[in-house]
Amino acid sequence: MSDVHALARQFIDALPHARALGMVLEEIGDGRAVIAMAYDARFIGDPMTGVIHGGAVSALMDTASGAAVMCHPSAPLSTATLDLRIDYMRPATPGQTIRARAECHHVTRTVAFIRATATDEDETRPVAMATGAFTIDRGAE
Amino acid sequence: MKRPEPVAVIKQRREGLLRGLVAAVPYIGFLGVQFDRRGDELTAIMPFADSLIGNPMIPALHGGATAAFLEVTAIIELAWSTLWDGMEADGAVPEGVLRLPKTIDFTVDYLRSGLPRDAYARARVNRSGRRYASVHVEAWQDNRSRLFAQATGHFLMPPPGHEG
Repeated sequence: MSDVHALARQFIDALPHARALGMVLEEIGDGRAVIAMAYDARFIGDPMTGVIHGGAVSALMDTASGAAVMCHPSAPLSTATLDLRIDYMRPATPGQTIRARAECHHVTRTVAFIRATATDEDETRPVAMATGAFTIDRGAE
Repeated sequence: MKRPEPVAVIKQRREGLLRGLVAAVPYIGFLGVQFDRRGDELTAIMPFADSLIGNPMIPALHGGATAAFLEVTAIIELAWSTLWDGMEADGAVPEGVLRLPKTIDFTVDYLRSGLPRDAYARARVNRSGRRYASVHVEAWQDNRSRLFAQATGHFLMPPPGHEG
């Protein structure tokens, strides 16, 4: 159990921007990843309401998606985002942790396709959904 | 006809509105993004910082930092261009907390990896209606013609008569 936590922390610690946003890797494996980001007043995008900026949610979705690609059973060496589309369905409730669940639902030799959902404490109503394409580097074959 | 206002007064009003918009959003400060203004043209600048790195091996900017930079640029440009006409027509600068446009969707196209250098972006409002707007934004680093990312987003405009 502690090994899993240590690995998860190493994964985030290796990504300075994810660390800056206080992301915590909660689950990873088999082309899926769950990453949480606690509420932080520095990430506010709408000063009227205290709602977190869409950009921080994008960063969370992008990180979870990249993690899902990296743990796909086809074991890519590295990955980079080609395209990411995010739909913002509702404002995340201020004060609540946002959690992104990403799934790498298809891979080719060179491209990975992902879907991701972000929720706050009310997991029945997603805050945002994303679809994206990521590069796959398999090294010299 | 009124006599034209002194240029210093006009500049102060324009700068005041822009600084007010940018300072109101904590996340813009978190990213370290600044805005440069020439008349009504805005250029966003994201000075390089280690905390923006995604992949330290290359090293490259985090895709999320790039997405956030583009989204911040699009929202500020849209809010700025919406307030510009009123400000220029009768010097109307809204008071109190500003209501910003809300992102409906945002699609980022990553063209090449972001280098560990300063990044720049400009947004263009392609359509701005009473309720919805469509904005395109481009980001580059060393060469204006070599974009490293671009994005298009749709935004919900704040209801009119919101200032106060």
